[in-house]
Amino acid sequence: MIPMIDIRNAEKTFVMHLQDGIRLPVVRNVSFHVAPGECVVLSGPSGAGKSSILKMIFGNYRCDGGTIGVRHNGDVVDIATAEPREILGVRRDTIGYVSQFLRAVPRVAAIDVVAEPLLAAGVTREEARARAGALLKRLNIPERLWKLPPSTFSGGEQQRVNIARGFISDLPILLLDEPTASLDAANRAVVVELVAEKKRAGVAMVAIVHDDEVRHLIADRLVDVASFAAAAA
Amino acid sequence: MLDVTANSTAPGAGAGAAASDEPLLVAANLGKSYGRLAACRDVSFELYSGEVLAIVGESGSGKSTLLQILSGQLTPNTGSVSYRMRDGVTRDLATMDEAERRFLFRTDWGFVHQDPAMGLRMAVSAGANVGERLMAVGHNHYGKIRDTATSWLERVEISPERIDDAPRTYSGGMRQRLQIARNLVTEPRLVFMDEPTGGLDVSVQARLLDMMRTLVSELGLSAIVVTHDLAVARLLSHRVMVMQGGRVIETGLTDQVLDDPREPYTQLLVSSILPA
Repeated sequence: MIPMIDIRNAEKTFVMHLQDGIRLPVVRNVSFHVAPGECVVLSGPSGAGKSSILKMIFGNYRCDGGTIGVRHNGDVVDIATAEPREILGVRRDTIGYVSQFLRAVPRVAAIDVVAEPLLAAGVTREEARARAGALLKRLNIPERLWKLPPSTFSGGEQQRVNIARGFISDLPILLLDEPTASLDAANRAVVVELVAEKKRAGVAMVAIVHDDEVRHLIADRLVDVASFAAAAA
Repeated sequence: MLDVTANSTAPGAGAGAAASDEPLLVAANLGKSYGRLAACRDVSFELYSGEVLAIVGESGSGKSTLLQILSGQLTPNTGSVSYRMRDGVTRDLATMDEAERRFLFRTDWGFVHQDPAMGLRMAVSAGANVGERLMAVGHNHYGKIRDTATSWLERVEISPERIDDAPRTYSGGMRQRLQIARNLVTEPRLVFMDEPTGGLDVSVQARLLDMMRTLVSELGLSAIVVTHDLAVARLLSHRVMVMQGGRVIETGLTDQVLDDPREPYTQLLVSSILPA
């Protein structure tokens, strides 16, 4: 099986110029792959660099060495060296990302926040809204909130809007950063179901999950990030 | 400062969707000095169709000079700006005559000034401000021009009842929205914006930004936005160029540069944002 994500010897160091140029090595020799329909969960203590690895795959953090191969429209794109335009294309057609926190735009209604990735993919506004509504309903966001901007929502509600936004499109790769962190048991179960559906659809996923029960339910394989820890040189 | 961090909600829609492989605008080795003062040096980049590029940096970094050069209002000492015209032919701005440049400015380009009074005629009606650009490209049916103007006013959230009022009777935010309508009515492919949310209240900025973001993605516009406000860059742009002392010191995807800044000056800019 050709992997959807193939990371080899990726590394990341932060250089903090405002703190006398101190170097903070984050990860080194990161190597793993993810097949279609597989959910790989990154494990390791907090601070080990799990979120940094997700951000590097998404092209949000730059990669200082190695390669991050991603299958995109039939080709392999190396995110570590791709041009900004290529990364935008990868984000439009290939990689979805559910971050820990919703970064909402003022004034935009929850339903439109969720529908936006579909609109970007060329789906009509009516259909996008209908699918967004169905997903919000599944995640137990009451209909009376749909027209409100999520900045007014509780933390758990915001996270569910964020999850809906991440799961709505049909992208072949999904990155999940603590998708169940502030959810109650009922909504955690919905997320587990959504992940299972994505697997059946052949989506390759990389997730960070602290909840042991959820991890047990969604992980096909664990990758221990502690082994990638970059010792301070 | 607006608290609008929108990494996962950046306007990713436009870029690349209908992008041609040929860049829309190419800047090559641009330089401009005023006497011994170099306002900008060695600036090169390519802008593709549907892309929004933010140029950030503090006052005096050369970003406004650069915008003037890119939009053909200032002649560089070195380098060139080329633009792919609607007929697909890429032309060097320096080889165009004044009439050709003015035509480009009236049709295929827009320029949104920080001060709406610079981009509007303050004493004539809002409808005439919008209609004027249509007439300049040959529209002459009064009823149609008025209908188009009305629909553009609605699009920028100005009540059509105000169509016969002059912009000097408008609030700052309304004037800025009117300026945007005036620029977009001819369906330009490229819009230059100089601190578009500059002297506006924060609440007014948020509304304007949201509106601009929607218009840019719906119309598939390309834009070059000069701003000192990183929140504006985050919300509107796909890519960012950081300028300091007339040079481009860092460039990349907007969320990448803002979340993982590499250069000392960029780290300083990013860390200087006051939390709301």
